[in-house]
Amino acid sequence: MNAPGFLSPTGVEIVFLLTGLVTVGAALVAVTTRQLVHAALWLVVALGGIAVEYLLLTAEFVAWVQVLIYVGSVVVLLLFGLMLTRAPIGRSPDADSGNRPVALAVALASAATLVTLVVDAFRTAWIELDRPQGDTQTVGEALFRHWVLPFEALSLLLLAALVGAIVVSRRTTPDGPAGTPAPEAVAAPEARKAQDAQAQDAQDAQEAPGASDVPGAPEAEER
Amino acid sequence: MHLVYPAVLAALLFSIGLYGVLARRNAVLVLISVELMLNAVNLNLVAFDVWLRDTLRAGQSLTLFTIAVAAAEIGIGLAIVLLVYRNRAGSHIDALRDLAERPAGAPGPAADQPGAGAAASGTGAARPGQQAEATA
Repeated sequence: MNAPGFLSPTGVEIVFLLTGLVTVGAALVAVTTRQLVHAALWLVVALGGIAVEYLLLTAEFVAWVQVLIYVGSVVVLLLFGLMLTRAPIGRSPDADSGNRPVALAVALASAATLVTLVVDAFRTAWIELDRPQGDTQTVGEALFRHWVLPFEALSLLLLAALVGAIVVSRRTTPDGPAGTPAPEAVAAPEARKAQDAQAQDAQDAQEAPGASDVPGAPEAEER
Repeated sequence: MHLVYPAVLAALLFSIGLYGVLARRNAVLVLISVELMLNAVNLNLVAFDVWLRDTLRAGQSLTLFTIAVAAAEIGIGLAIVLLVYRNRAGSHIDALRDLAERPAGAPGPAADQPGAGAAASGTGAARPGQQAEATA
């Protein structure tokens, strides 16, 4: 079988190319925009484009899992994270760090290397899309016949990760919920402890008459 | 379909994600870029699985596993970002330099940010103060 050329693309290839352009454009906007919420929303477009690419590759189960988990929950989690860290709504000038040129150089070098390598390696490889490769039945049979043990281990990992996330993000107060401590509320106990320590030092110094230097005596007397 | 189309698309998406990871300051935006890189790998896995016609469906199964691991990763990552934001009042990753190696004689992080150590133990240390204020 002679390999088909690039100059006569099939309909699937044209749709794949257009969707790929949309995906790459949305990903570019998502990593370069200065509006934080817009980055998460452009990520939805990029992930949806990848889901369409899965559909074009006849992997429909993975496509719907992508829509459900990525577009449905991961982006919502990201939006919650943006809101809980009080991300500014408008343009934030400090969204990018100072090493942007280095990052651009690294990304361009990586893209050039990878694209050159991939095109050189798989120029003549051809995917036959005559029958679906990833419908729910075949993927489910493979998953629960050959990959049961990794699947169960992964469910345990997901449980552990989510319990860990709850434990990490919980406010650690012994009795009842408390708000985020204000700066003065944080500083006050430290100063109080320091004053207590200095008062203790002063008492020790009074009890021991030989010690003459009492650094915290004025504060202790002030109290 | 040529295999080159999904492979090149995955390479471009990976590079875009790499740029985002290196160039962004906000931790949530870094997580967004990491998601792009993971999706590039997933696209490669699915494309090569369909190309090879694997009878075990190893590529698509691994894609599903990667999606689940990415969900776990984003949960843990956002919890850590929230904790950092709560303790440091900011989610800029280039401000987190407490573990940076410094040349000898340079001021440490305690001289940089005097409130950092107090804020790190803030949630535990705030309770006695509040109780003392309540009893006073």
